[in-house]
Amino acid sequence: MKSAKTLAVAGLLSASFAMPAAHAGATLDAVKKNDAVKCGINTPFPGFANQDEKGNWSGLDIDVCRAVAAAIFGDPNKVKFTSLTAKERFTALQSGEVDMLSRNSTGTLSRDTGLGLTFVAPNYYDGQGFLVKKSLNVKSAKELDGASVCIQSGTTTELNLADYFRANNMKFEPITYEKLDEVTKAFDEGRCDVLTSDQSQLYSNRITLKDPEGAVVLPEVISKEPLGPFVRQGDDEWLKIVRWSYYAMVEAEDLGVTSANAEEMTKSTDPNIKRFLGMEEGGDANLPLDKKWAYNIVKMVGNYGESFERSVGQGSPLKINRGLNALWKNGGLQYSPPFR
Amino acid sequence: MADPNLSATPPQAISTLPSKPPFWNDPQKRALVFQILLVIGIGLLLWFIFSNTLHNLDKRGIKTGFDFLDRPAGFGITQSLIPYTEASTFGRTFLVGLLNTLLVAGLGIIFATLLGFAVGVARLSKNWLISRVALVFIETIRNIPPLLQILFWYRAILPLLPGPKDSISLAELFYLHKRGFTLPSPLFEPAFIWTFWAVIAALVLAFIMSRWAKARREKTGQQFPVVWTAVGIILVLPLITFFLTGSPLNWDIPALSGFNFRGGLTVIPELTALLLALSIYTAAFIAEIVRSGIESVSKGQSEAAASLGLRPNRTLQLVIIPQAMRVIIPQLTSQYLNLTKNTSLGVAIGYPDLVNVFAGTTLNQTGQAVEIIFMTMLVYLVISLVISLFMNWYNKRMALVER
Repeated sequence: MKSAKTLAVAGLLSASFAMPAAHAGATLDAVKKNDAVKCGINTPFPGFANQDEKGNWSGLDIDVCRAVAAAIFGDPNKVKFTSLTAKERFTALQSGEVDMLSRNSTGTLSRDTGLGLTFVAPNYYDGQGFLVKKSLNVKSAKELDGASVCIQSGTTTELNLADYFRANNMKFEPITYEKLDEVTKAFDEGRCDVLTSDQSQLYSNRITLKDPEGAVVLPEVISKEPLGPFVRQGDDEWLKIVRWSYYAMVEAEDLGVTSANAEEMTKSTDPNIKRFLGMEEGGDANLPLDKKWAYNIVKMVGNYGESFERSVGQGSPLKINRGLNALWKNGGLQYSPPFR
Repeated sequence: MADPNLSATPPQAISTLPSKPPFWNDPQKRALVFQILLVIGIGLLLWFIFSNTLHNLDKRGIKTGFDFLDRPAGFGITQSLIPYTEASTFGRTFLVGLLNTLLVAGLGIIFATLLGFAVGVARLSKNWLISRVALVFIETIRNIPPLLQILFWYRAILPLLPGPKDSISLAELFYLHKRGFTLPSPLFEPAFIWTFWAVIAALVLAFIMSRWAKARREKTGQQFPVVWTAVGIILVLPLITFFLTGSPLNWDIPALSGFNFRGGLTVIPELTALLLALSIYTAAFIAEIVRSGIESVSKGQSEAAASLGLRPNRTLQLVIIPQAMRVIIPQLTSQYLNLTKNTSLGVAIGYPDLVNVFAGTTLNQTGQAVEIIFMTMLVYLVISLVISLFMNWYNKRMALVER
């Protein structure tokens, strides 16, 4: 049996055979053995996955990977990043090439139920919009009948676009590319009139255009795009580690704990904060992690607000407002279940 | 020299020979047994791989099966040879992608062959300039990877064209712009079917005529102007039908409205770039094949033909080309196969071929990688086998018949 299996592996489809078995705890064991979290991320995408000259990654999606590494190893740099296109991303996760995906992917019913994957939680609430050249004098998406639309293939955007035009009885010519920068280049060169994507992407695409001022984002938002990490189905322990690592960032902002004051906060008298930072019994969950895992995340990566502002918010060239991504108490949707 | 043993042994030999040796000592039977065992072994291995894949996919909660082919696709495709809307099924996207692949492959093979033969003959020209130009063309094109050439046309050349609003226009009928080449498209009225049948009838007639002319020539030696008669039949018969049925053909003239041209037919720049790059790239190889084919026919052949009194073009037609084809065809086959497989590079510029539409978008929307990649590989395999079979058949026909 064993030799037959080896043969089969060598034969074909090695990826689908060589996957680690999906029993609970297997992913964490593998991660510990590799001494790194293998994280699938976007090809460089301003704000969410930036790469500097030295090859270091930063950004909103990157911080989720780093938070998981900080929770497990107490070291946010124990992450091995793999850049994936929209088309490759789910296959890479299914086949075990990466342990988690943090690549602004929309959680949908079909993806959550049909791909053998689980959507973790939305770390960015987005919606699909349209970017057009100012010179076209278009004020609303309803005026786009007959337009050529540039779009990234294999995305929910592709489906929403078709639905929107069908619902409004308009025609369009879809021009699809595999990579985001190809889409942007085609729009820049005039191959299409409109570029459609999640609004966050539109803002980050706009700053890479030759003439950013010459393009505007139309007011219509035509879909709900809850973006967030995915993990493989069947390893609940791993799902919980990733999910709660992200919640820890949100909860930290909620409690007012930042990377700067985390040390100080351990002396806080507030039982919620003490529990959260692992200073008091009852805070540490039944996760196979260090007692101070949440403290490590906040100290080393920062809370959600810090991560947002430096990646896509006012501290970045994108200057995106918190909007839907503000904390629940500030009128947004970011909300963490209680840490108790 | 009488040996008593000699007379004693024959009866013995006769009695032992008919009793067959055991089958493991019979090389033929032994080989058969081994072959059956091998086939069973391979079958078991394949079954193991198949069931193991299914089992593993199932264990991971990944959907399997081909049900997705009946589900609505929900995304748009730029170019489709058959009616396609966002409400069509994934099975339909497979067909659309397949036809788009075949379109590029078919047109590419035609263009590459024409250009390749022209350049190959030019390479042998006695004119120094022509043969050098052909040489430089071949050596440059052959040595640049096809993907780069596709990107060159798509990213460097085609974007230089003006936008749809300032198109280069010819007689207000043809427009060349960044988003393609727009031209009037034919609108067939129902009565046009008669013209179509007339073309078929004319082709059949021309074929019968050529058979008759050949038979007559072999019998009597008399020549008949086959080519001109055939051209006459094929042109005149449909034309007469066309006018008799009241010219049932209109043209849909493109006009600029809103963002793009409405009406007419637009050849998308992705197709143009892919076709240009692949045709030129493959033509460079075909040119060398043609040259080698022609040079393989020894000089004595053309001298012999000349001494028989054949004119140079008849020599080329009757003596050189039939012999050169024997060398050319097998190599041509592999170039056609290369071109067909290279069409999948169109994914780099967003040409909606099988790899892009089916193994790309459809795979991503359904997540059923194993089925989709399997179907895609199977399609390329079948296309390649069909081309090979056709070329082998053609090669047999063209091969030197030794009498």
